[in-house]
Amino acid sequence: MTLKYIEEILPSLINGTWMTIKIFFWTLCLALPIGIIASLGEMSHIKIVKWLVKFYVLIMRGTPLLLQLIFVFYGLPIIGVVFPRYQAALFTFVLNYAAYFAEIFRGGMQSIDKGQFEAAQVLRLDRWQTMTKIVIPQVIKIVLPSIGNEVINLVKDSSLVYVIGLGDLLRAGNVAMARDVTLVPLVLVAIIYLILISACSFAQKKLEEYFSYYE
Amino acid sequence: MLEVKNLTKKFNGHPVLQNINFTLKDGEILAIVGPSGAGKTTLLRIISGLETKDSGEILLDGQEYNLGKVGIVFQDFNLFPNLSVLDNITLAPELVLKESKQVAEKNAMELLTKLQMGGREKQYPYQLSGGQKQRVAIARALAMKPKILCYDEPTSALDPNLRHEVEKMILDLKKSGLTQLVITHDFTFAKNISDQMLKIQPLGEA
Repeated sequence: MTLKYIEEILPSLINGTWMTIKIFFWTLCLALPIGIIASLGEMSHIKIVKWLVKFYVLIMRGTPLLLQLIFVFYGLPIIGVVFPRYQAALFTFVLNYAAYFAEIFRGGMQSIDKGQFEAAQVLRLDRWQTMTKIVIPQVIKIVLPSIGNEVINLVKDSSLVYVIGLGDLLRAGNVAMARDVTLVPLVLVAIIYLILISACSFAQKKLEEYFSYYE
Repeated sequence: MLEVKNLTKKFNGHPVLQNINFTLKDGEILAIVGPSGAGKTTLLRIISGLETKDSGEILLDGQEYNLGKVGIVFQDFNLFPNLSVLDNITLAPELVLKESKQVAEKNAMELLTKLQMGGREKQYPYQLSGGQKQRVAIARALAMKPKILCYDEPTSALDPNLRHEVEKMILDLKKSGLTQLVITHDFTFAKNISDQMLKIQPLGEA
């Protein structure tokens, strides 16, 4: 009987999972490059750029993601800026996660020994060659564990889109629970989150293994 | 031939180097000795182009020169940890001198053999001892075909009993015609390797 019930609600849960994955995937794809650019901005010698980026990071990290979601979807329309639900969610998640990534990348860049830059300089490598061949490969290895943490957080944080009425995994489970008065949907939701996060952890482990060819 | 004339350098108004003069002839070894704080490393950084001078002249074969003409072996070697020994050496020749991969690798292998590091080209810096890292750093600098090779405290990051090995290596490189400039606080070491010694002392507060 339970099995039959699971079969019944699974399609809606899978639909919700799909939404969760979409938000997860696009946030990651957009927030990582923006985070790298923002980290360069944070280290910029141009004061105004540096302070603007620092202010952005302060706001994004200093206020709850839930507040930011509500602000963008329910608040901004009051001043005439209207985002559809999905776009509002993506916009907020990308801006929020890019700020965290920026801090991680900045820390990674600053932990690269000055001697690496000097060695590259006397070998007459230009800035681009120094970054792509020496600095960035080392930074990636350093930041991988922290990025992995954020990625796992992102899977779970994506459930916050529930509050602006997007049909993600959590919402699908919640709807089924309220309708059928049973715990089964929530247990299934938990299992699906676990599977998603295990997949992320596995990918992280593989990446860390790949970069373990040197110390 | 490297000529340094009346070289002066100040940091925030404090003189670090004042009226440094020397001439290093081709194929010879000059040792610059002095206690820490005497500005030895600053001098080397100016000669290699990492630092600017305040006044004076530095001429290579009678001309001013740019970064890259003078190779440098850093005190901590500063090898690239993410690259193999071979890639550490071939990176700049391929990217900067536009050598083909084959040529760059052939040169690198010859340098490694000459420095008794044959067979270690696939290893990564973390797998090497200090002395071996130093040899890779030398090979990396020489692969860029510098006119002069400078060392910053080549004995300080190594086991004391390796000093003799370093002496032998530097003298071997001299036999192959390389002009070398060595910065050290170790007077005996300097005496054993150099044709010419320059002593510098810390300058008092201005």
